[in-house]
Amino acid sequence: MSVDARAIALADEPRAERAEWLVFLRRLSTRRTALFGLAVVVLVVITAVAAPVLSPFDPIEQDLGDLRLKAPGFRDAAGRLHPLGTDHLGRDLLARVIYGARPALMVGFAAVVISGVIGMMTGLVSGYFGGRVDDVLMRLADIQLAFPFILLAIAVIGVLGPSLKTIIAVIGVSSWVVYARIVRSAVLSLREREFVQAALALGSGDGRVLIRHILPNALTPWLVVATLDMARVIVIESALSFLGLGVQPPTPTWGGMLADGRVYISTAWWLATFPGLAILVTVLGINLFGDGLRDTLDPRLKV
Amino acid sequence: MADPLLRVKNLKKYFPIRGGLLSREVARVHAVDDVSFDILPGETLGLVGESGCGKSTTGRTILRLIEPTSGEVSFQGKNVTTLDKRSLRALRKEMQIIFQDPYASLNPRMTVGSIIGEALVIHKLAKSRREREERVVQLLETVGLSADHLRRYPHEFSGGQRQRIGIARALAVSPKLIVADEPVSALDVSIQAQIINLLEELQAQFGLTYLFIAHDLSVVEHISTRVAVMYLGKIVEIAPAKELYTNPKHPYTEALLSAVPIPDPTVKRKRIILEGDVPSPINPPSGCRFHTRCGLRVPSCSQNEQVLKQISPGHWVACQVRTGVAIG
Repeated sequence: MSVDARAIALADEPRAERAEWLVFLRRLSTRRTALFGLAVVVLVVITAVAAPVLSPFDPIEQDLGDLRLKAPGFRDAAGRLHPLGTDHLGRDLLARVIYGARPALMVGFAAVVISGVIGMMTGLVSGYFGGRVDDVLMRLADIQLAFPFILLAIAVIGVLGPSLKTIIAVIGVSSWVVYARIVRSAVLSLREREFVQAALALGSGDGRVLIRHILPNALTPWLVVATLDMARVIVIESALSFLGLGVQPPTPTWGGMLADGRVYISTAWWLATFPGLAILVTVLGINLFGDGLRDTLDPRLKV
Repeated sequence: MADPLLRVKNLKKYFPIRGGLLSREVARVHAVDDVSFDILPGETLGLVGESGCGKSTTGRTILRLIEPTSGEVSFQGKNVTTLDKRSLRALRKEMQIIFQDPYASLNPRMTVGSIIGEALVIHKLAKSRREREERVVQLLETVGLSADHLRRYPHEFSGGQRQRIGIARALAVSPKLIVADEPVSALDVSIQAQIINLLEELQAQFGLTYLFIAHDLSVVEHISTRVAVMYLGKIVEIAPAKELYTNPKHPYTEALLSAVPIPDPTVKRKRIILEGDVPSPINPPSGCRFHTRCGLRVPSCSQNEQVLKQISPGHWVACQVRTGVAIG
């Protein structure tokens, strides 16, 4: 290299070194609604994890005597406060709402992981190999979408019996389509990018190209969909519990509590109101965070 | 004359356009249409032409990043077009490519060290992690970067530096031939000179052979031993660089050269302005592809397919008027 060229090369300094995730956090922190959503999500997660510590009462301890259907703020004979009142079996409502976060988050997380992984793999293979493989997988996706989910869930749970595992499996296996489609479309554009061409020109095999070059770059849209989908799954879990197909009593679930409270809606409004609020706040929090995540990571992506 | 390192014979690449209910092929884009040329060891063949004339497709088809429709590419006498996947991977060590866009050609999620080191992993060219790292540092220094850059990500570099990383990646396998697909088109003029100089230094140092694709004639003139001019999927003229620039024969080459700015405002030159646009490669003109825009056209130009004819040693032109095959 000539002397002048060196001088220019020195002037040609690299941009300030900065970790990618730090940039991301800074950009996210400018979005108030996203931060609010994140705070809500963190709060719900802490509640679920620390339920035994936070909860003032045992959520399944019944008292069919004087404690039935007491209004919020009720103090029992022992002088203990029931901030959200008690239900029709004399159980403390606050304790039940706190414990109810557990199945909601567990189903939400596990089902999203399962469907996310299935969808990611299908999307990668479908987008990368194209042709027949793509046709078959995408028609499968259409079939899956054409099947009414709630009927499928009722049928499967009806046969296998309701349990946490069954619910996770049903939701997990049937929700992969969104992921597959979003990953596929990302792969279609990534496949033509020059760094993928370069990897092929270097002699990388298909597996290496998919795992090392395409997957890491398709992760961002996937993550956004996963976040938003988690809110949807939590609503589905509540709906199944409401229909009596969810986690079985006496384990507290928000959906189940809502169903129980429905009967007493005119006499004891708090029974249905508080679990309903819990669902609303959690889902809203996740959605706000997901939207912020999407806007921060990729403004062009609309789910 | 020495045996060519690369021989391209009657290379064709048609992209099908599918449409209708059954996705039948309704038309084809004639991206590369019967292209033949040789590249001798150690030389640089410049390949020029305007956007969409098929020069990049030619480069990628040679590497089989795009499968050719027909024709033959042989590298050191070995037919590349019929190789199976495994032998093709072995051949990747011999032929490499440098891309145009230094922003798109580096994986944003990999460090510079793993981008350059990847080839060493794929072809098992380093025995240990340590040896691999040493080799990567050596490559970085060869292209004018330093060991500090090893653990950084592409977004931390400028365009020129990224292009250097791309060059180091191509060099990692010690190739004999490098297809440089518009390697400086996306860079600032001052950086262009640096990269061109670097490519020339590397050529001298490692005895590289280049197929240098560009649309900028002045860049090509500087680096090339010979230059081929492409128009609508065909080579219309091929000649030693100096000969082509001083004594162009094909009317398209003349028009291209007349568009190169001269760094002297007092010099006046007759500009040849071509009429109309480049015809569609889906339905290219009959006969000579260039006849629709050519100032020298005679009636038979629209009928006679033009072939390259040698008019002086090493200077081939595909123009019946200029080679005197058909007058009137």
